[in-house]
Amino acid sequence: MQLFLEQLLNGIAMGSIYALVTLGLALVYGILRILHVAHAALYTVGAYMGLLFFNLTGSLILGFLGSMACCAFLGVLIERFVYYPLLKYPPYVPLIGSIAVMLAIEEMCRLVAGPYILTFPARLPFPELHLGGIQISSTLLAVYSITAGVLLFLWYLTTRTELGLAMRATSQDLSIADAMGINSHFIVSVTFVIGSAVAAIAGILVGIYYNQVYPTMGAVPAYKTLALIVVGGMGSVPGAVIASLLLGVAETILIGYANIPLPRDALAFIAMIGVLMWRSEGLLGSR
Amino acid sequence: MSSYLITIGTIIAIQAITVCGLNVIVGYAGQISLGHAAFFGIGAYSAALLSTKAGLSFWAGLPFVVLISGFVGLLLGLPSLRVREDFLAITTIGINFIVEAVFLYVPFFGGALGIGGIPRIYLFGLKLKGLAFFSLCLFFLVIVLLVCWWFSRSWAGLACFALREEESAASSMGISPVRFKLLAFVVGTAMAGVGGALYAHYMRFIAATDFSFPVSISFLSMVVLGGMGTLWGPLVGALILGALPELFRPVENYRILFYMVLLLLMIRFQPGGILGERSLLRHKILPALLGGRS
Repeated sequence: MQLFLEQLLNGIAMGSIYALVTLGLALVYGILRILHVAHAALYTVGAYMGLLFFNLTGSLILGFLGSMACCAFLGVLIERFVYYPLLKYPPYVPLIGSIAVMLAIEEMCRLVAGPYILTFPARLPFPELHLGGIQISSTLLAVYSITAGVLLFLWYLTTRTELGLAMRATSQDLSIADAMGINSHFIVSVTFVIGSAVAAIAGILVGIYYNQVYPTMGAVPAYKTLALIVVGGMGSVPGAVIASLLLGVAETILIGYANIPLPRDALAFIAMIGVLMWRSEGLLGSR
Repeated sequence: MSSYLITIGTIIAIQAITVCGLNVIVGYAGQISLGHAAFFGIGAYSAALLSTKAGLSFWAGLPFVVLISGFVGLLLGLPSLRVREDFLAITTIGINFIVEAVFLYVPFFGGALGIGGIPRIYLFGLKLKGLAFFSLCLFFLVIVLLVCWWFSRSWAGLACFALREEESAASSMGISPVRFKLLAFVVGTAMAGVGGALYAHYMRFIAATDFSFPVSISFLSMVVLGGMGTLWGPLVGALILGALPELFRPVENYRILFYMVLLLLMIRFQPGGILGERSLLRHKILPALLGGRS
């Protein structure tokens, strides 16, 4: 029982990290209808930048802030110079562009920082908890609280502010929002800034959680988060979060208890195809 | 020709066969597939298993390889019918990962060790290698190109073009989307199966990582670079992207970066590809070369 609960807690942490990466993807898909595969490259860059700033200044806060700023800038660059000019073409054109951007950034990381695994020796300033014999480490607590904080912030931003209203209007119909006096290009850029900054947070958290930063760390999240936004319902942020948490818990429990000879990434995709066969619009999607 | 050039030519020819198959799915039927390496792998694995475990020769196994890969294409095409565009792209990525995982983890497929000791191809008692194998690949490439040409002019091909342009309009004219999408899937995967069989007998050792997702990306890049939906586009794409790594051997470290920047520039400024309908080559360079006749 105790082991099961600890597995469950680890699974929720896994799912929270998935949720942080998937969130940006769901935001971008909701607003531009582009599958932003390069989002996972921003997550890798985020981890590297966080490590760089942390090593330079010794402060984790500065690491987070610097890395978020770099990723946000990179995200806006990608949006401005790759996606926006390609919006008029069929959806596979931006998708291929996005894959090219992702692999190019991954290669840049490899060429600049080297192909080896770097360690991320930071400790997050969170206490350890002991609840009736179950130990929650400070890293787990940090993952939970940072994810919850980001989700609360985004919920407040999208439902309680004027900017959020403009974002929701733009995601419903870009050209009509434009006609109603919303500067939709600015809103799109803001969405990319937020999504990319959240990806940077996720990258640093993963770097600290596993104590590893390496150039291809974005590869598996890239495709798995695509599966997650499909399962959650395209562009539905709550759906993406629920799907991420479910996947994180299911993976950890399945790997721990069931003896399935396939790797967890393949299981995630099998689950995705199963959900699509059952509900082709995703769990919380609407058609 | 030196054996170096023949080796590169053989690989390019095998890739061109596979990429022609992808072009049928993506270019003709408009079904975006990001998992073509899985079908290439299914062809290679079935050829390898038929020759090493069942003891069939390449020629006796080839019809089975085409049948198996076409049938798997049909099976995996079925879930793709329920989903469109973005969903389809992700589903095919998923199929690629699942197929690779099955090859890698199921002991029947050799597991992590792959399959080795695949016999050479014999024709009239002669061992095919070097130039002879290259000619065999070219022979199959010509057949595949002929099938593509015939397909693009047949009723089925025209139906696929109509579905690609506007599915609801085409289906209101009585064209069944299910039938022709599946047909394109089966034809495309069967071609990938032939490419895979040649690959297995040429390499004589295959492993699951030869058919991973990045391979699918490079196949798709070849189609995009050459021009989707054109007859010669896949061939041009396979030639260029197949020859580039050899030309850029001195800067091998920067190769993938260079590739991706090239693909990005291509998709940014010429989304139709080199031979595509609105491309620079077709509308500016060729008419200028032909002296103003256009």
